[in-house]
Amino acid sequence: MALKIVKGSIDRMFDKNLQDLVRGIRNHKEDEAKYISTCIDEIKQELKQDNIAVKANAVCKLTYLQMLGYDVSWAAFNIVEVMSSSKFTYKRIGYLAASQCFHEGTDVIMLTTNQIRKDLSSPNQYDTGVALTGLSCFVTPDLARDLANDIMTLMSHTKPYIRKKAVLIMYKVFLKYPESLRPAFPRLKEKLEDPDPGVQSAAVNVICELARRNPKNYLSLAPLFFKLMTSSTNNWVLIKIIKLFGALTPLEPRLGKKLIEPLTNLIHSTSAMSLLYECVNTVIAVLISLSSGMPNHSASIQLCVQKLRILIEDSDQNLKYLGLLAMSKILKTHPKSVQSHKDLILQCLDDKDESIRLRALDLLYGMVSKKNLMEIVKKLMLHVDKAEGTTYRDELLTKIIDICSQSNFQYITNFEWYISILVELTRLEGTRHGHLIASQMLDVAIRVKAIRGFAVAQMATLLDNAHLLTGNTQRNGICEVLYAAAWICGEFSEHLEDPMQTLEAMLRPKVATLPGHIQAVYVQNAAKLFATVLRKHDGETESQAAQETSQLLIDRLPLFVQSANLEVQERASCILQLVKYIQKLQQKNVEVAEEVTALFAGELNPVAPKAQKKVPIPEGLDLDAWINEPPSGSESEDEKPKAVFAKEEPKHSRSRHTEVDEKELARRREVRKQEQASNPFYIKASPSSQKVYDAPGVEHIPVVQIDLSVPLKVPGMPMSDQYLKLEEERRQKEKAERKKKEKKKKREKRGKERKADSGPESEEDITPAHQVDIVTEEMPENALPSDDDDKDPNDPHKALDIDLDKPLADSDKLPVRTHRPEVLKSPAEDRDGESVPQETKKKSGKEKKKDKEKDRKRSKEEKKKKKKPKEVEEELLESQPEEAVQSEETKEAAAPPTSTSAEASDLDFWLSSAPVPPAAQEVTAPSSSAAAVDTSSAAAPESEPDEPKDTEPEDTKSSKHKKKKQKKEKEEKEKKKKKRHHHHHQHHGDAGGEDSVQNGTVEEEEPLPPMSNYSLLAENSYIKMVYDIQGNHQDESKVVVSVIFENKSDSFLKAMEFNVLDSLNSKLQRPEGAGAHDSLTVPFQLPPGVSNEARFVFSVQSIVMPQKLKGTLTFIVKSDESSTHEKLDFKLHFTCTSYLITTPCYSDAYAKLLESGDLKGSSLRLEGINMPFHHLLARICFHHHFSVVERIDSCASMYSRSIQGHHVCLLVKTSDQTVSIDAKCDEPSLLGNVLDEIKQTFSKC
Amino acid sequence: MIKAILIFNNHGKPRMSKFYEHYTEDTEQQIIRETFHLVSKRDENICNFLEGGLLIGGSDNKLIYRHYATLYFVFCVDSSESELGILDLIQVFVETLDKCFENVCELDLIFHVDKVHNILAEMVMGGMVLETNMSEIITQVEAQGKMEKSEVRAAPLSYLLEF
Repeated sequence: MALKIVKGSIDRMFDKNLQDLVRGIRNHKEDEAKYISTCIDEIKQELKQDNIAVKANAVCKLTYLQMLGYDVSWAAFNIVEVMSSSKFTYKRIGYLAASQCFHEGTDVIMLTTNQIRKDLSSPNQYDTGVALTGLSCFVTPDLARDLANDIMTLMSHTKPYIRKKAVLIMYKVFLKYPESLRPAFPRLKEKLEDPDPGVQSAAVNVICELARRNPKNYLSLAPLFFKLMTSSTNNWVLIKIIKLFGALTPLEPRLGKKLIEPLTNLIHSTSAMSLLYECVNTVIAVLISLSSGMPNHSASIQLCVQKLRILIEDSDQNLKYLGLLAMSKILKTHPKSVQSHKDLILQCLDDKDESIRLRALDLLYGMVSKKNLMEIVKKLMLHVDKAEGTTYRDELLTKIIDICSQSNFQYITNFEWYISILVELTRLEGTRHGHLIASQMLDVAIRVKAIRGFAVAQMATLLDNAHLLTGNTQRNGICEVLYAAAWICGEFSEHLEDPMQTLEAMLRPKVATLPGHIQAVYVQNAAKLFATVLRKHDGETESQAAQETSQLLIDRLPLFVQSANLEVQERASCILQLVKYIQKLQQKNVEVAEEVTALFAGELNPVAPKAQKKVPIPEGLDLDAWINEPPSGSESEDEKPKAVFAKEEPKHSRSRHTEVDEKELARRREVRKQEQASNPFYIKASPSSQKVYDAPGVEHIPVVQIDLSVPLKVPGMPMSDQYLKLEEERRQKEKAERKKKEKKKKREKRGKERKADSGPESEEDITPAHQVDIVTEEMPENALPSDDDDKDPNDPHKALDIDLDKPLADSDKLPVRTHRPEVLKSPAEDRDGESVPQETKKKSGKEKKKDKEKDRKRSKEEKKKKKKPKEVEEELLESQPEEAVQSEETKEAAAPPTSTSAEASDLDFWLSSAPVPPAAQEVTAPSSSAAAVDTSSAAAPESEPDEPKDTEPEDTKSSKHKKKKQKKEKEEKEKKKKKRHHHHHQHHGDAGGEDSVQNGTVEEEEPLPPMSNYSLLAENSYIKMVYDIQGNHQDESKVVVSVIFENKSDSFLKAMEFNVLDSLNSKLQRPEGAGAHDSLTVPFQLPPGVSNEARFVFSVQSIVMPQKLKGTLTFIVKSDESSTHEKLDFKLHFTCTSYLITTPCYSDAYAKLLESGDLKGSSLRLEGINMPFHHLLARICFHHHFSVVERIDSCASMYSRSIQGHHVCLLVKTSDQTVSIDAKCDEPSLLGNVLDEIKQTFSKC
Repeated sequence: MIKAILIFNNHGKPRMSKFYEHYTEDTEQQIIRETFHLVSKRDENICNFLEGGLLIGGSDNKLIYRHYATLYFVFCVDSSESELGILDLIQVFVETLDKCFENVCELDLIFHVDKVHNILAEMVMGGMVLETNMSEIITQVEAQGKMEKSEVRAAPLSYLLEF
């Protein structure tokens, strides 16, 4: 043994180390691969030795070779060996190698679990650090599951170096083992306030990553992050938080409002460009989220645009780039503010930096309007000519097309101009985007009927000059346009001036060099042209021209019959035979034109790309159901042995199915036709525009009149520029004309597709050069409006969409190593790994009882699964008195969620309160919270030692740091809440009305005042209760009543019991086993001045009528000297509004709903309303749970749904101080009541 | 998230590569080549951001790079990272290398790629920024260096003991 080691160390002296290897590779530049392969052989030898130093050296070299692209997975086991060395030096080499080449497929990874666990708990912090770093790169689901608990423990390590690494790696663990998120989350949250800035930053990092993917679950953390944002000075942390807020605001516009001020302050104060930029970005996100509701943030937009302009003008290209990037985000919602900087953006098009030019192009896309489209495109065309390098030129080309074709050609006023642009673009050499131009040509020609004449003429010129396009083989990308040209000329050949010439052009021998699919189109359309020519000469006896045409085809087509392309060949030979036959008939003077044209009759309509997907499954159709009786068992048994026929069987059955299908289909087609006829939303091809070939005679061919303000025939290639001038002239003329006939009726909107709010008013004035009808894409009838844009099912973040506010359940725990079969444990144990042994001992005695309780709890939970998390947790708390015997741990388990839930409800408060200057909050918060802790920790445990629900003395004795902290947090929050409440009070002092503030009807201010739906329930000198009722999304017979209890006295309020006298219709949900008249215990106590919220679930049967329930709150008032029992009666008012749930609705679905005729109408008039219309809408939305479907000027349609699925539709109109509301609902009495309630809301203003 | 950190020289030779997502060795080389191709044809004095390459990531990703003398430092990141922040991070990385190697040059990176990895490990972990404070990074790197030295010195002794 000893000898071996000596040998090993001697060998080692001759071994190459990493430096030697690198040097060697550099010296063998000619035969590098060969040299490396000998090195690998050496490494293999070294790995066979027992000496760990030699092995480590070999592994180190392998890591280098891996970087050069060599597969080293064969050494995975040796890497594991080196990882498990006791020496830090080698361990680090091993972990580095593992991090570079291990992945989920590496099978030796499962051998590492114990080694990593050992390293994680090593006394040497660097061993732990290295293991964590390595693990972060190769963690697998198995490793994550097995080590999650160990890493959790490390999150509270004494050394910040370990803590920050442990916190950071948790993200990877969550990704691989999503079940760990819930149990680990409380501790992760705690780390947001770690004293060490590195740990704090790591925690922010992890939560930001999590929240970015599933923002809604992290909304409740907003107050905490807000605090961090206003207090942190670390720019890294600030940037992350600000980015996170950017992700959260779309979900909670109120948060955005709160953010604007501190963010603007940061924008003004910071000198760090990175921070400034992120602030601007988030402000933009806020503005976007707010833009729907309230447009009054022009100051902020101006500030952003201003700052961005400074960035764009900066000489630093990076800032310029980012400035443009952010600008494009503003553009989406506030195009006007960006449009004023058009000069700057056009300037950027000339920048030498391609990235910047591309960004500027993106911006231009959003900046076009009807007014400036031609001008902008002209500029771009100039750039196209100048641009060197095909990539950028192609990008320009696609952008031009994008810009012109966006939102259904919304900005194009003159399609002749657009066709000319497209034709001009075909002159680009070597572009890859021929097909794009082609598809645009097709699109325009098909959908804009009025332009067909012009388009056909242009296409004919193109076909005539095809040699220019195809002359160079390099240009083959562009010859795609010939595909479009040929098809357009063929399909709309009735517009051709000289079809014969075009036909000739299409049959030139040169065509045979075009790609097959284009030739095929040529051949097919040659036949269409042939038909047109025949038709033209129809009626002329012995038409020379017609016969010449036939002869031309017969002469030229054989070229295509020989084509190697199957499609071309097939079509050509078919058509050739057809023409030959026609020629024969012609010679016999038979009239054939009609029959030939009938071959190509009918019009093609564009179909929306998603049409197929959107066909709804008809009611009663079960796609999984058997259409025929499934083959009986005996039959299949018979057939089993005949394996030979087994394959044929499915075919057979399918053909049977189709037979049935066809009948069914035919029937359905009939039904559909009838439906279509009566459906106003189905776009039918208007008969006038259809080609009617059944009737003979030319006069039946529709001729579209075009206002020929432009000469149609442009010699050679058209020039688009002239349109710009013409357009200017035309517009001026129109303006002058319009002035003359000012009283003339408003022009009709062209194209039914155009939205009423398509552009600023000035744009409405610009009329198109000629009336165009943009044919809309066909959609199946009853298409579902939902845009279920398919998310990637493989996204690992999907699994992390976990509700974190829900209290931890028994199932939420991390696996812990056990030596014997696992006993039931409370989740708390899992979190506190250290205390496991002690606790298990303690428990064993009480196990039985606890199990029972747990079962009960679980069954309860299962029942209430559909309820909001909050309630479940409350019930847990409510049931606590009965579980007084319960051991300490379970209580601890219940404790953390209390704070989270308090926080969740707190969020609403935090958000709904009027914005408090952050600085002031900062100063006052610590002192007040300190005070709160003092009073509560002093008063609470000492004054009520016998109260089982409160923190028990032994609890405080053990006083774990963590727990205390949570408590502190809670107290602080409550304190803050109270403060805000006071704020409210002051407010409503001003307003005068007793409970007007709580109703949210504070006096009007220009930016919408903060609103609250909480209304007063009852009040006396001790306590004040406000409440709000919300429908439950998941359950059609449940509503949730949130009650905020506020202690107004100087005494301690406890043992609060809430009871309601049930009616037949509405019942308070009581825990199982409780009697129908038992009261519910409010799950908290109130120290002086504190308020808290509890929720109660009611079941309701009928929701069409409002209802009042009488109830009583009893509580004990405990002061220093005495305690009294007090009682407060209240009346809970269930309004019909509270049964409505804000549900978004698409306008087309809305229209359909109104059409259906199932709804009954009613209306309401409100006089003397002098608030802006959007405030009015916001109020209806907020107080009555409606959503705006569509708003046009002073008219808006709104929608809501009751918990039982009734549709409520409103049409709100206003004209000076009078508001009329027309409403429809499938339940008239519900509607009547809702309208009454709306009336009441506004009468209070 | 940072998806990958690459260092290569003006000729595209990799000097360090760290991928925070798994790719096969071949793909890794392709990514390095593609990135080099994208980055190297860009002039100095133009912006340091590139829309992501085709191989790594997709549209959400950006390449953020800096060019120092003979070396390119390229970070491939997704949209959760601040562009300017990453530029600063590259600066911190390079300055840290400069401190640890005392006037760093390409040769230091060529011969001590393991050390570069160790320094990087103190800054970025599993694709997330761990530490941005340079003095903290250097302290940790040096402490580990010391530990290594003491072990190496002890090594021959341990062999003697086993005799």
